[in-house]
Amino acid sequence: MTKRKGRGRFIVLCLSPAVILFTIFMIIPTINVFRMSLYKWGGFSNNKRFVGLDNFKILFGDQKFFQSFQNTVLLIVITTIVTMFFSLMFAAILSREKIAGQNFFRVIFYIPNILSAVVIAAIFSAIYDPAHGMLNSILSLFKGQNASPTLWLGDQSIVIYSIAITMIWQAIGYYMVMYMASMSSIPESLYECASLEGAGRIRQFFDITLPLIWINVRTTLTFFIISSINLSFLFVKAMTSGGPDGSTEVFLSYMYKQAYTNSSYGYGMAVGVIVFIFSFALSAIVNQVTKREPLEY
Amino acid sequence: MKNQYEKKINISGTEKLYEAFIYVALITLCVSIIVPVGWVFFASIKQDSEFYGSPWTLPLGFHYQNFISAFEKARMGDYFLNSIVTTAVALLILLVVSMPAAYVLARCDFKGNRFFNAMFMGGLFINVNYIVVPIFLMLVDGDKVARDYIGNGIFLNNIFVLALIYASTALPFTIYLLSGYFKTLPKAYEEAAYMDGCGYFKTMVQIIMPMARPSIITVILFNFLSFWNEYIIALTLMTNDSAKTLPVGIMNLMTAQNAAAQYGQMYAGLVIVMLPTLILYIMVQKKLTQGMSMGGLKG
Repeated sequence: MTKRKGRGRFIVLCLSPAVILFTIFMIIPTINVFRMSLYKWGGFSNNKRFVGLDNFKILFGDQKFFQSFQNTVLLIVITTIVTMFFSLMFAAILSREKIAGQNFFRVIFYIPNILSAVVIAAIFSAIYDPAHGMLNSILSLFKGQNASPTLWLGDQSIVIYSIAITMIWQAIGYYMVMYMASMSSIPESLYECASLEGAGRIRQFFDITLPLIWINVRTTLTFFIISSINLSFLFVKAMTSGGPDGSTEVFLSYMYKQAYTNSSYGYGMAVGVIVFIFSFALSAIVNQVTKREPLEY
Repeated sequence: MKNQYEKKINISGTEKLYEAFIYVALITLCVSIIVPVGWVFFASIKQDSEFYGSPWTLPLGFHYQNFISAFEKARMGDYFLNSIVTTAVALLILLVVSMPAAYVLARCDFKGNRFFNAMFMGGLFINVNYIVVPIFLMLVDGDKVARDYIGNGIFLNNIFVLALIYASTALPFTIYLLSGYFKTLPKAYEEAAYMDGCGYFKTMVQIIMPMARPSIITVILFNFLSFWNEYIIALTLMTNDSAKTLPVGIMNLMTAQNAAAQYGQMYAGLVIVMLPTLILYIMVQKKLTQGMSMGGLKG
């Protein structure tokens, strides 16, 4: 193709709106997260003071931050393992077995993914409600009417698992559809061979399906990390706002709380920097650890 | 002989058990999704007094007043309108900005192409919720300047600014998805167009864009869902009651509900948020789940 007049202008014209918007609303704010973490800044007043890494020093001695760190890691681990187990299982069932109403199940399972986090939070608040909640009313059938109700969102030792269940409920369908997409490209002949050789379903899954969709599984691990950090914030903000007594505080909710409720923007952004570094580092580590030779079929 | 016979029975026995297990698992998950979502629909037509008994009772009647009071007292009508305008404007901005950029990045060789590609790819890893605080502070600063010159703030509580932010933060994902599709189209189309004396711009708008329709529809679907459902940015930037979007309005009702026990009104609000996405989903579910395997990721 010969270069023609106006090509350069065309490229600049097409690209510059996107680059400008991206720079203003994503690059500059990201740089600001890092820059602001070095200041002691009490909000709307203009007295910013450069304090270097002081915010981080305070942060590492902060019991509440440590708790939010623990909660975040716990949620990432639980939701990743449980969601992955169920979504792989259902993806394998729906793409391998002849099932009545296959399409119906797929359509229903994806529904939680299209609902707003606010809606899901409201639904689960209704489920977990201690007095008139759905969960306790089912449990009271087994425990008897007079048993004291379980405080799903009020008991410090339970509440983090209640949040985890909400996150798992929301995510299963999404990952299931992703796994189904890559499972559908595995040729049927491999399974025919395997069943002639006498390999059972479980064996087929671990020896054929899983190795062949491994690339996809690896990619989803990164999604799991990033989206768990994000979704745990959305649900915690709407369901418990970090309570009771900090037992569901996660990274981003702690950052948000420091920046808004406490108006200590500098300190909040120091939390933000840790979140950035943590999510990148964890993704990189997981990516390295799960590296395998790609299989061809 | 007997042994073989027994073995056969055994196999079909485990087979039956396995099949039963599959259906139990499928139906359990299915029920755990349908029941809570359906429950909200029933709850939205219950009277407030009905919430003090068992959660499993069916509504006594069709108490549609919940919806009226959601619209009148809880301003759901205003929020609904705000949500529609924000989502529509954001989608419009997003498409106008992202399509040319994705086209150029996918199909033109120029200095810096790799750099810009890498830049937008990197953007995929920046979650909006990480940077919502600096965005908020930037708008506060902008309002200070605006107040000096115009007399009042124009950045916070402005649904058009909100739409612009939604569009901008959706750029990396959209450009990634669109340019992936543009790359698969054969070069011959453009060459033929140039031969016929068609300019760059006209080639892009009249030849390539129509061919990219399936991926553009996917982009619209995914971003519609994420804009319509978003609430952290809206909650942070829309502090004024008249500028709130639906999810933020629901958040308010949820906190107010604890104090004032306006259950019916709140569930009516939830139905108003859910219904458009559910209807859209039922209509296009095939496209949506197909599109996901194409683009790969969301949020």
